[in-house]
Amino acid sequence: MITLDFVYVLAGLTFALFALLGLYDRSNPKRFGNAAFWGLLAVSMLLGDTLGDFGNGLLVLALVAIAGTGQIGRAPGGDVPADLQAERAAKHGPFLLLVALIIPAVALAGTFLFKWVPGLADPKQATLISLAIGVLIALAVGMARLKPPPLLPLQQGRRLLDAVGWAAILPQMLASLGAVFALAGVGEVVGDLIGTTIPEGSLFGATLAFGLGMALFTMVMGNAFAAFPVMLAAVGMPLLIKQYDGDPAVVAAIGMLAGFCGTLMTPMAANFNLVPAALLELKNPYGVIRAQVGTALPLLAVNILFIYLFAF
Amino acid sequence: MLVLIGILIIIAGFMLRFNPLLVIMVSALATGLAAGLDVAAIVAAFGKAFNDTRYVSIIWIVLPVIGLLEAYGLQQHARTLIGRMKGATLGRLLTGYLLLRQALSAVGLTSVAGHPQTVRPLVAPMAEAAAEAKNEALSDDQREEVKAFSAATDNIGLFFGEDIFLAIGSILLMKGVLEGYGYQIEPLHFSLWAIPTAIAAFVIHAFRLRRLEQRMKKQGASA
Repeated sequence: MITLDFVYVLAGLTFALFALLGLYDRSNPKRFGNAAFWGLLAVSMLLGDTLGDFGNGLLVLALVAIAGTGQIGRAPGGDVPADLQAERAAKHGPFLLLVALIIPAVALAGTFLFKWVPGLADPKQATLISLAIGVLIALAVGMARLKPPPLLPLQQGRRLLDAVGWAAILPQMLASLGAVFALAGVGEVVGDLIGTTIPEGSLFGATLAFGLGMALFTMVMGNAFAAFPVMLAAVGMPLLIKQYDGDPAVVAAIGMLAGFCGTLMTPMAANFNLVPAALLELKNPYGVIRAQVGTALPLLAVNILFIYLFAF
Repeated sequence: MLVLIGILIIIAGFMLRFNPLLVIMVSALATGLAAGLDVAAIVAAFGKAFNDTRYVSIIWIVLPVIGLLEAYGLQQHARTLIGRMKGATLGRLLTGYLLLRQALSAVGLTSVAGHPQTVRPLVAPMAEAAAEAKNEALSDDQREEVKAFSAATDNIGLFFGEDIFLAIGSILLMKGVLEGYGYQIEPLHFSLWAIPTAIAAFVIHAFRLRRLEQRMKKQGASA
């Protein structure tokens, strides 16, 4: 049976090859830093389960030391010239689109296949496993028809990853920080603080505090999942559900979505907000957040109103 | 109260633009120490969480395919395609993608689209081409904004579609937490109550996309 380990091995090998190719890229003044960074990430993917908790912690410290001292950079240029791209696009255009769509199509088909036919792959990880298989199929099909120099996909992939830089592991780092916050009981303290700000006897005040608290605490943690149990314990359960007899399904479901509005407005949700800015090579790292605030704020107001209208 | 120091470090560190990885590590150490943990225990806790969340970083395996396709002109082709469609305006294109992303997420297919696999190679160049079709002299700032809205549209479609799906993590979390308080609630109830917000998100964001389209035209005309 295929499990997530298959994807980790694939990712580990990809990062290892990125590191190796980076090491030989003399046009990058920081090639040793890049090679060490992606190399360590390869070790984490391939051997993470055998390193032990403390060993993994040391690996993270090394990653942080490399990035924190500015040892990661990118080689200038390396783009395929625009006129050559246009010429190739005229020739291969429809085929390229087809290959690009192989990845989502296989992810889609595999998700259903692995759920309907048990035993092939871990059904809980069906989409991620299918995505990885889709990548392999797309690569094989593309290589067979386009016949590029054998290392071209890896070299171009490495160039894209170097453009993203250390931000590539920011989401994973923030998720880990969340675990330390949970261990230290940060959530309970914040929940108590918000609980004390609510005016006595005001249903709308309590609803407002719950919705705003979900959004704000999500912005701090970067994740509505971390905010939900805390805000429910501090405000949702004692006031909205118990005291005012609100429908728990409405309070929970729409409260969670109020939290999602917070996710749109915080750099802590790096994989949604900062990584795309790097990937699209925006000048402003907060450009995506800026585009989202105008949707997030009115939607947050709507969510608070929905709880008030539908739950009571 | 002292454990909140980690949050202050994060906010200050991000605002002062220190390297975020460094800020996160310092915040984790400070929070752990404030809670009475020793340094080795904090490092181990962080390492365990890092190893448990590796799946977050596996998305980068798509980059060799994207790199290959882009070297052969995928972005150009996406642009040409939009150029040929007469009715494909910026607003309609991104609104269509928003609806598609919400619909796919609502049936649980959250990972079939995303920033590396669809936004960078397809949606962003298409959006740029659609904006250019109406305004040849698109400024760099306008180009930035079109790209940023392409990414924003992907996020909004994902967030306000996925909670309609029964088996998504957030619904299981809600069910689990409420069970802890003695409330037995079917996942379907959470799903249904995500629909009004999904509709509101679509209406608000589609309206903003129309405004974006008009803004791109107007600024071009006055420049």
